[in-house]
Amino acid sequence: MAIVEFRDVSRVYRNGEHEQRALDHVNLSLEEGQFIVVLGPSGAGKSTLLNMLGGLDSPTEGTILVNGKDISTLSADELAEYRAASVGFVFQSYNLIPTLTVIENVALVKEIAPNPLSSHDMLRAVGLEDHIHQFPAELSGGEQQRVSIARALAKNPHILLCDEPTGALDSETGVLVLRLLLSMARDMGKTIIIVTHNQNIARMADMVIRVKSGRIQSCEKQEHPLAVEEVDW
Amino acid sequence: MKKLFLPWRSLHHHPARTFILALLVCCLAFSVFSGSVLILSLRNGLYSLENRMGADVIAVPSTAKSKTNLEQMLLQGTTGYFYMDREKLDQIQATSGVLTASPQLFLASLRASCCSLPVQVIGFDPETDFTVRPWIAESYSGDLALLEVAVGSKVSAGVGEKIRIYENNCPVVARLAPTGTGLDTAVYCSMETVRHLLDAARSLGHDLKINGDPEDVISAVYIRVADGYDPEKVAADISLHIRKVDAVQTKRMFTGVSDSLSGIAGTVVWLVAAVWLLALAILILVFILMTRARRREFAVLRLAGMSRTMLRRMVLAESLLCSLPGALAGVGIGAAVLFPFNALIESMLGLPYLSPPAGLVILLAAATLLLSVGASSLAAMSAAARLSRVDPGTTLREGA
Ligand SMILES: Nc1ncnc2c1ncn2[C@@H]1O[C@H](COP(=O)(O)OP(=O)(O)OP(=O)(O)O)[C@@H](O)[C@H]1O
Ligand SMILES: [Mg+2]
Repeated sequence: MAIVEFRDVSRVYRNGEHEQRALDHVNLSLEEGQFIVVLGPSGAGKSTLLNMLGGLDSPTEGTILVNGKDISTLSADELAEYRAASVGFVFQSYNLIPTLTVIENVALVKEIAPNPLSSHDMLRAVGLEDHIHQFPAELSGGEQQRVSIARALAKNPHILLCDEPTGALDSETGVLVLRLLLSMARDMGKTIIIVTHNQNIARMADMVIRVKSGRIQSCEKQEHPLAVEEVDW
Repeated sequence: MKKLFLPWRSLHHHPARTFILALLVCCLAFSVFSGSVLILSLRNGLYSLENRMGADVIAVPSTAKSKTNLEQMLLQGTTGYFYMDREKLDQIQATSGVLTASPQLFLASLRASCCSLPVQVIGFDPETDFTVRPWIAESYSGDLALLEVAVGSKVSAGVGEKIRIYENNCPVVARLAPTGTGLDTAVYCSMETVRHLLDAARSLGHDLKINGDPEDVISAVYIRVADGYDPEKVAADISLHIRKVDAVQTKRMFTGVSDSLSGIAGTVVWLVAAVWLLALAILILVFILMTRARRREFAVLRLAGMSRTMLRRMVLAESLLCSLPGALAGVGIGAAVLFPFNALIESMLGLPYLSPPAGLVILLAAATLLLSVGASSLAAMSAAARLSRVDPGTTLREGA
């Protein structure tokens, strides 16, 4: 069954007279547990697509079904509830709360998500068990992004949305973080959608979506994606 | 993880901000609490004075100073004495409109070896008295025998002790409830006792400037006016028709007091209003600054799926965590400053001052807490309402 379905979804930004069609009649169907890579030039509408799916923004037209439920008509509070229960985010910026320690940054999802996982376990999985009482400012960029991955997964969401998660990291660190992210998400059976510019990652994907000017240019299924270990970074 | 964890961490991480918030609420609570206690104490003092006097009109000899003397005695508790012949009492009683007239006889003890302390001695006539006896009855059920005295709450002598007045040892049989007036520093006994002490003073060689037969003098007459008569008119009649007697309407005597009281009350109200205006302005400013500084943090929480209601609750909890202790401290400091220094405040203001009953003070404290915590919560809520409107998507992208 499709976990995500976009039906004729458009998102128009109005700026006075000017109209920007960030998404233009998009139709999509994504399978549960798959690893999906979204590619496309800057301004193509990749982030807009992800934000719609993440309940951060609502379409001006069309319907988005997640687990059969229409999220395009939800109220702000219902969207918050949806985000709390179903979506984990990893952005280019780490979005950690500077006043909380590493473990607290992860543990805060317990106050929000209905089925959270152990914060300790998640931090151990991202290899930060020795840093749990440090503050974000005391960590490197890669480590901070690992905290944000631990936080996203600690919510135990159905879908993990990653918008250029390695954009702020040097390529070497970026690769490490990506490998970690993918292997964890796969092990946990999450549906993972990642916006990236790294072509190598696309080789591991179950599906590659190419976006251009707000439209889906192609939607390619890969029957034999490479395993994380097989990819030559 | 406990529910208050996030608010607590945030307060902990910004000690300066937390301190300022608590301090502001402390100022709000302190000003309102101490201001209202002050005003109420003054009101209470005046009320108790009027009540305690019970007389509509007081007549004193028309010597130059006797009226101011009496006023100071009643208000500030200075000592004094003046005398007139007893026949004036009969003339007063004969005046139309006079329902009851009760004489009092004054004497002042000295700071000298003959006396243990300088106090105003007030003798009343048990037969006719209607002001002192009901007061004594609150704490002592018997009559005062010869030399027995009841003391005001500020006289430093306890029941069972003795006060030496002109070489007479007077046993203290009762301590009277405080009135917040000059009456609290006086000693009360029967006219007979005062007459006895007066003799003792004279035989010790003190000139008491007595006008008339020393064996048959009185100092003042407390008058109750019959229904349907105007005390003002009765007082004027007495002053006019009885030689060498001045009568004053009791209320008149205290207009000065109630005037200064409303003056002080007005000042206090303005001061409290100014403190509130200033503190609330700063409070709102702090919350606005906090709102700006925390846009990102709130966006992260919204992104993670926190609802606006939860977010508002979090800000409210944060504000309560510092405003509640702040308000408690404000009330506490107010109480610690006001109550132990009643006497000092009274002498500074020169007005009757009596703390309101404990029940009322507790009520006032509760109302103060509610008011100041409410005010800061309102400021917090307005900030929270603004914060909870942040759009996590755009906010977090902006900062990327
Ligand atoms: N809040 C907004 N208001 C107005 N226009 C917007 C807004 N968000 C996005 N857009 C516009 O929509 C289009 C798609 O933006 P989007 O952020 O989805 O691109 P993107 O594919 O993620 O690009 P990049 O790779 O640079 O991140 C762009 O032209 C952008 O200017
Ligand atoms: Mg983007």
